[in-house]
Amino acid sequence: MKQFAALYACLDETTKTGRKVECLREYLSHADSVDAAWAIYFLSGRKPKRLIRSTDLSQWGAEVAAVPMWLFEECHESVGDLAETIALLLPDPTIASHMPLHQWVTEKLLLLPKLDPTSQKELLIDSWRQMDRIERLVWNKLITGAFRVGISQALVIRAIAEMANLPPAVIAHRLMGTWEPSAEFFNGLITHEIEDADLTRPYPFCLAHPLQGSPEELGEIDDWLAEWKWDGIRAQMVRRKGVISIWSRGEELVTDRFPELAPAASELPDGVAIDGEIVAWKGDQVLPFSLLQQRIGRKTLGKKILESVPVRFIAFDLLEYEGVDIRERPLAERRLHLEKIVSESPDSITLSSVEQGGSWNELALRREESRQRNVEGMMLKSRQSTYGVGRVTGIWWKWKINPYTVDAVLIYAQLGHGRRASLYTDYTFGIWHEGKLVPFAKAYSGLTDEEIREVDRFVRQNTIERFGPVRHVRPELVFEIAFENIQLSKRHKSGIAVRFPRMQRWRKDKPIGEADSLESIRALLEREPADDSS
Amino acid sequence: MPDLLVTTPSGLYCPSGDFHVDPWRAVPSAIITHAHSDHATAGSARYLTVDEGAKVLSTRLGPEALIQTVRYGEPIRIGDVTVSLHPAGHILGSSQVRIERGGEVWVVTGDYKTAHDATCRPFELVRCHTLITESTFGLPIYRWQHPSKTFAEINSWWETNKSAKIASVLFSYSLGKAQRLLSGIDASIGPIYCHGAIERLNQIYRDNGVLLPETIYVGDASRKTSFAGSIIVAPTSARGTPWLRRFGEFSSAYVSGWMQIRGARRRRAVDRGFTLSDHADWPALLDVIQTSGAERVLVTHGFVDPMVRWLNENGWQAAPLHTEFRGELDETSEPSTANPEGSDS
Ligand SMILES: [Zn+2]
Ligand SMILES: [Zn+2]
Repeated sequence: MKQFAALYACLDETTKTGRKVECLREYLSHADSVDAAWAIYFLSGRKPKRLIRSTDLSQWGAEVAAVPMWLFEECHESVGDLAETIALLLPDPTIASHMPLHQWVTEKLLLLPKLDPTSQKELLIDSWRQMDRIERLVWNKLITGAFRVGISQALVIRAIAEMANLPPAVIAHRLMGTWEPSAEFFNGLITHEIEDADLTRPYPFCLAHPLQGSPEELGEIDDWLAEWKWDGIRAQMVRRKGVISIWSRGEELVTDRFPELAPAASELPDGVAIDGEIVAWKGDQVLPFSLLQQRIGRKTLGKKILESVPVRFIAFDLLEYEGVDIRERPLAERRLHLEKIVSESPDSITLSSVEQGGSWNELALRREESRQRNVEGMMLKSRQSTYGVGRVTGIWWKWKINPYTVDAVLIYAQLGHGRRASLYTDYTFGIWHEGKLVPFAKAYSGLTDEEIREVDRFVRQNTIERFGPVRHVRPELVFEIAFENIQLSKRHKSGIAVRFPRMQRWRKDKPIGEADSLESIRALLEREPADDSS
Repeated sequence: MPDLLVTTPSGLYCPSGDFHVDPWRAVPSAIITHAHSDHATAGSARYLTVDEGAKVLSTRLGPEALIQTVRYGEPIRIGDVTVSLHPAGHILGSSQVRIERGGEVWVVTGDYKTAHDATCRPFELVRCHTLITESTFGLPIYRWQHPSKTFAEINSWWETNKSAKIASVLFSYSLGKAQRLLSGIDASIGPIYCHGAIERLNQIYRDNGVLLPETIYVGDASRKTSFAGSIIVAPTSARGTPWLRRFGEFSSAYVSGWMQIRGARRRRAVDRGFTLSDHADWPALLDVIQTSGAERVLVTHGFVDPMVRWLNENGWQAAPLHTEFRGELDETSEPSTANPEGSDS
């Protein structure tokens, strides 16, 4: 645990990526294989299911620290993170422990959910007693599941690759899917032998960047392939030696969630991995994402939902063909193989159509159909590009349609998370309805650091009332809120729900009386395709 | 009997002596605990401060300010009260103000710390009936490690940078913290450079007999100077400015009590955050309140409400003493959001 805590401190205290990679590489080359496997497990954002109730954790932390609960909450609000608050409050340790990470995890951490509260408490107090401040911070974060430290998956992969002396793509591939942290896993991860043990493993997804400028800047239109940007669940369909698997971008195996896709997948030729999007599809058109979301939300898939929200897999790339990784081949070539495969597949696997345009202008005009088609805009992909791992710049662009905008008033604020834990960065915005401001959307991105500080100060000085961590502030600040989509919703007070709301601009020029009203937003709704779900 | 000190729109006021303590507006007569901008406001007709702090104060208030001085512990009669100033251990020339009338004693702590600091006199405990205490770090999450530990961390960071052949830029408050850092770091590691704002204050510290290692004013370094391996102490306001370009490749760090909290550390766009404060932490605040013997405690300047509530729940008679919001007046104040009350740290 000491070494892992030191690794955490090192990753946390530097902003230089080179140094982070160095720290992790060092850790991995010295740690034993099980510890290394667990470290990678946590650093790549994986975590055990909920281990303990956070209210219990707060209570026991306050008790051991001998502070009253209200003061504990006061501290928590100031720090913004429960794990850290407790680490800061606990009295100094009485003994030191040299137990390795994996033992802490398997013999203590994973034991927690199986224990009754009294034993949980005993276990925690006993472990805190043996740890210094930084160990406690890391330990508490493992417990709360908020273990985040400033290292991206790409850097984790880089460090492992450097340590194992293997290409990052190999490591990335081996890290995909589900795996158990064990010595065997870690040894398999860094082995130079090619294994074909895992038939289901998907490839890391290539991600797009939003196109900021105009598409002309990309050069000749003929070098680019344009497709609709489907609004569904990004997924990979894999078939190897007769075994089929469907993976979501969250690296979750979702084969069972889409019973209509599995039979189609088993008709694919052997040794393929297709990248695409699962969308709700009826007749000849894509249904709004909200419907797909409802279906995903269901625990069991009844006949009714399968009939009302059928899905399709829209294929747009081929990563493996005839058992060979073809990600290094140009897109144009991969696409040819893909077209052949899909043309011989059942209907529920459809090819993502290529949208032709004689000029960028013509294409821009087509893009205007996006809302009608229930898509988010277009994707522009370089025909010569290889299939990148993660967010590679310059090969895939999302060319989204312009968002809707509404002027709304800041009414509630809450402390942010992580880097922003000491700042009021999570806001609720209200719009007018019958002379009152009703909450209509939450947003926490879009402002500059400078603006965030300014709003934070405003919040602290203009709090009317506090509800736990939430502050009700004097309605004074108006922001332009941009969002992608709008729907009727019974769950929301305003009766509408918007998708991806974010702050586009601080309208310092606008008095709150000029903010939008529910009525004007409902008018936007009329322009949306009907949502027959309710 | 009426209170010895009351709040007015200009700040804390003593009616029996007709003077203010650390007023935030211009008044006829002001006693100043120390020269930080949230305590010393220019424009008053007359100032009284301790002799050791006079020079610093006059650079802050301007040459035209009329500053009278007393020695630490020297009682003087003002109107119906007896006033004396006592070391607060915060920065050079920082004082607590003791006010007595007919056997009743009030103490205004100003900013203070009880931890070791080679650049100023140690905090002196003054017994009193009513204590007006600061509470900048008045939450139990603030417990400082021993300053020597922080200095060891800074030295090791500096050494690491030196072996990587890059410079080390340390951001801190220019008055007090910077000099404390200079006195604590290991000058044998490499040359020490200072920003002009800090170098000016170093001189005053030296004039007052404070031992500081040799420092070089950055402006005196020739254009060809390589800063690799050296440390540069700069005010927080220099962060992100073109002034930093001359140092070539460097690692940056920020030194403050707020660095105790990870979120605050991460928000500062620096490579490292070191925890070192010139204020009392939670245990020290409670210790001072306890040993002062005060029955009544007025809390100001920081986490006022939680501190007041805690004291009331633990047998004291406590109340808030609200001061005007004076954050972000200049570089000595922390432009932080982790510190809503805004002050030096
Ligand atoms: Zn101060
Ligand atoms: Zn202060």
